[in-house]
Order: sequence, then C-alpha cells, then structure tokens
Amino acid sequence: MRLLINRFVLGLSTLSALIGLAFLGWILITLFVKGISSFHFNLFLTDLINGGLRNLIVGQLILAAIASVIGIPLGMVAGIYIREYGRGKYAELIRNLSDIMVSAPSIVIGAFVYAIIVVPTGGTSGFAGSIALAIMMIPIVINTTDSMLSLVPKELREAGIALGASKYKVIVDIVIKSAKVGIMTGVLLAFARIVGETAPLLFTSETSNYFSLDLTSSFPSLTVSIYDLANEPEKASRDLAWAASFILTVMVLIINLTGRFITRNKG
Amino acid sequence: MEKLFQKISLASASLVLVILLGIFITLFNASKPAIDEFGLGFITNPVWNQEVAIEGLANDEVAPTNQAESAEINEDIITTGDEMIIDEDEHSDTKTTKTIFGGFIPIVGTLLSTLIALVFALPIAMGIAVFLAEIAPKNISHIVGIAIELLAAIPSIIFGMWGLYYFAPIISDLFGGYQVSLLTAGLVLGVMILPFMAAVTRDSMNTTPDVLKESAYALGATKFEVIKDIIFPYSKVGIIGSIILALGRALGETMAVAFLIGSIFSLPSSITSPTVSIPVAMANNFGEANGLGESALFYLALILFVISFTVISIAKFYFLRGVRK
Repeated sequence: MRLLINRFVLGLSTLSALIGLAFLGWILITLFVKGISSFHFNLFLTDLINGGLRNLIVGQLILAAIASVIGIPLGMVAGIYIREYGRGKYAELIRNLSDIMVSAPSIVIGAFVYAIIVVPTGGTSGFAGSIALAIMMIPIVINTTDSMLSLVPKELREAGIALGASKYKVIVDIVIKSAKVGIMTGVLLAFARIVGETAPLLFTSETSNYFSLDLTSSFPSLTVSIYDLANEPEKASRDLAWAASFILTVMVLIINLTGRFITRNKG
Repeated sequence: MEKLFQKISLASASLVLVILLGIFITLFNASKPAIDEFGLGFITNPVWNQEVAIEGLANDEVAPTNQAESAEINEDIITTGDEMIIDEDEHSDTKTTKTIFGGFIPIVGTLLSTLIALVFALPIAMGIAVFLAEIAPKNISHIVGIAIELLAAIPSIIFGMWGLYYFAPIISDLFGGYQVSLLTAGLVLGVMILPFMAAVTRDSMNTTPDVLKESAYALGATKFEVIKDIIFPYSKVGIIGSIILALGRALGETMAVAFLIGSIFSLPSSITSPTVSIPVAMANNFGEANGLGESALFYLALILFVISFTVISIAKFYFLRGVRK
C-alpha cells in the first residue's frame, strides 16, 4: 500500500513536469506555426507603415541597448559597492531594496517615468522608454553582480592586498576578472528580460509606424506594436503580430540560451 | 582614483534608494488630487468615471443613483466593446456635475485573478519542483530545469496572445462564459508564474541536508514519505516564501492579463465574466486619461505598488531568508 501511494504521488509529480513542458511546447509550436506562415524576409526590409517590422525591431533593440548602457554600469558599480565596500546596515538595506525592485510591477515603473519625464517634456519619447527599461535593469544587474562577487574566494582578495595593491586595484584587476563570466551571463539574462518588456514602454516610448532614430519623440517599439496589432480586427494585422511575436521570442530565447551557454563552458 | 571610485559606487548604490523613494513620492503626488477628492473610500467605491449631478445634494445621497447609472454604462461597454471614453468636465463653469472614480472593481479583479492563478499553479509547481529536486536523474532534471526556465523567459505579451487565441477558446468551451474573463486571465497568469514558483520551490527543497534524507531512506521510508515527512517540513518556510513571491509577481503582471481579462469596469457576476485589474486599467486608460481620471489611475498604481511591495517584502525577508534566489 505504501509503495502504491509512493508510485501514485511520484507519477503525479512527473505528470506536472510533463504539463509544464506541454505548455512550453504548446506556446512555442503555436508561435512557430503562426509565425512562420506570416513570415517573409521583407519584414526586415520595410517599416510598419508599409507592413514590415524593420523600424520596430531596430527601435526595440535601440531602447534596450540604451537602457543597458545606462543600467549595466550603474548596476555593476552599485553591486560592487554592496559586496566590496559596503559595511553593515546601509549595504544590507540597498541589497534588500534592489531584491524587492526586481519583482516590482513594471507598469508602475512606466507610470513613474511618465510622471517624471513624459509629463515635464511634453510627450512620449524614446529617451523616456529607455529610462524606464534602465530602471528595471539596474536591480537585476545589482543582484547578479552581488551574487557573482560573493563567489570569488576571499583568499584572492587577501593575496592582492598582501602584494600591496590598493582596494580599487584588487576589485578591478582581481575580483571583477574572476567573476567576469558570471557577470556577463547575468547581464545577458537581464538584457533578454528587458528587451521583451511591454508594460513600461506603453506610455513612455509608445510606438511609431515609421523608422526613427530620434530619441526625443515617440519611438518604434516591437512589443507595444504587437499589443496594438493583436487587438486590431483585421487578420493581416494579427498575422503581422504573430510574425513579430515569433521574431521577439526567438531573439529573447537566443540571448537567454547564449547567456547560459557561456557559463556552462567557461564558468 | 581610489576615493573617486568608492564615491561613485556609493552613489550608484544609493540610486536604488532614490528611485524607490522617488516612485513612492511621485505616485503619491500624482494621485494627490484623487486622494483629496475620494479619500480612502476610493478603495471600496465600485464606480469608475461616472458623471453625477451635484444639485446641492450630499455625496451620500447621490451615491445610489451613480451605481445604477454605472451598471447601465458598463452594459453598453460590454455590447459595444469600446474603450472607455474619459470625459472630463473640468472647464464647466457652472459645476453642476462632477466625475467620480472608485478603485473597487480593479482591486477586486487584481486579487481574484491572482487567486485563480495561484490555485491553478500551486499543485503543478509543487509537482514540478518535487520532480526536479527528487525524482528525475541529474541530467534529465537539468534539461527539464532549463526548459522550465525558458518558459519563464518568454515575454509576457506572448502569453497574452497565445492565451487569447489558443487557450481561452478551449477554456470557455469547457466552462462556458466569455472567452475574455476572470477565469481565462487567471489561468494564463497561472501558466506564467508556474515556472517561477517551481524554480524557487526547487531551490528551497534543495536546501534539505542529504543526511536527513539518507537516514529516512535507511529507516525504510519510501520516496513519497521522505518528501512528505522530511523535505516538506524542512523547507516549508522557503516553499511558502516562493508561493508568496510568485503571488507578488502575479499581482503586477500587465500584458498577459490585458489580453484576457476584458478590460471593462464591471464587477464580475461570475468567474467566467470579464472585468479589469489595476495594471490593465492603467495600460488601457492611461493614454486617454487626464485631470482627475489620470490622478485616479495614479492612485491605483500607488495601491498596487504598496500591496506588491508589502507582499514581496514579506516573502523575501520573512520566508526566504536562507534561500538565495
């Protein structure tokens, strides 16, 4: 009887794992089938106004890239502070707050940036969108940097200091170097996460039908346009939304897997 | 250089505090007009964007008619499926009408859709965690683990589209009712938090010392008994923490829910009727809102932020102390 119960429960547990995999498979297959059927290479060559996705893909990448340029250095340096310099309560407080901010509702961050940038500057802009994404990114990078630095053995730091190196030298030349791979993975995963975000962009960058490199006005965003297109009644719009979703997911999964692959090989 | 770097790193770290305080202060300031106008009664008032005549009556006496009107308007919205038209009456000189906003419907919608997600995801996530931590051989556990984490990496807007066009039709065939409803939104939300909940639960279970498990096996316990009597009690606190953390995430999820909840301001008469949640109300109405309407949306954002901040803090600092991520 005990063995029977054991079998039954273990079976249920395996079944749940299969259910989880089934959802993943179902979503990916749907995306693949719907995406491929409306996919053609012209999508990369024309802008949304002409039925393509070029401006949206470029726009989304630019938004995420600018967010990274702002968010990664700030997050890394802040992570270095709470692990290497910070002592006691303050560093612990920052660590905890950034831990909470990782899970904070992204739409609220959008509303915050709307209030501090969009309203004063008089309109949505690529700049505001990038800031919103950067605010999402900073705590993620802080957490990764913090936990990767914690893996660096104390002896390495002590050896550096014993050789007469300054604390700054030890951090830059020894600690960062040995945690480089882990931090890079974390950064890639953070990028993969924000590049697929929609909610913080809805009222900060909005989206645009045209190709644009002008960060001071509404900026083309792949995710925001997917939301708009998917809600339109015409089938053509929805097909375009599926193709865009397919491209977005492939992009996110490739970046995500690259990150994991780096750690596996060198970490 | 040395000192400069230290200063810069301190400043960057403090930025987190500044941003967080900035969010609180900004949201509070922006919702000030709505807070002044509606007070805490906002939370329990089921009327949204309702114009009422003042006619020298006290607010309480006007209230019942508001609700009747709001019901009518909501029905109109169901039939036409149109977006809410925010019609501010700021510049009316005579001031015979005023617009009332209350947050009860989106607050209830947020809590109920999260609850459905939790009920749906909990057993499956526990099963997956047990499978990954205890049942599967190392290499299978590794591969399935990566697959589950990939599920977590899929952007939420994809869950929304898939949910609307492929998942919701099946659910509404099974349970009846509308395709866009509290139920379908909750279930898709459940699928979304599933991998997250499973991953954190697995990490909690993995903190159980092997010695404990081995001694139980040595006493002749079956795998199920080890899981039930050793691992669950040992990692109980961490598991509860992971559930609450997933709940915190579900509360603030926007895009997956936006496709499915229907986005109309009416109290759901049943689990299969459409309604609205706080993030969705913001996503779909922010653009057209101005004046008091916009302030009311900020008020909702403030409420959401406070709720999720509290929930996440409880999960992280009360339950998940020992578990790193």
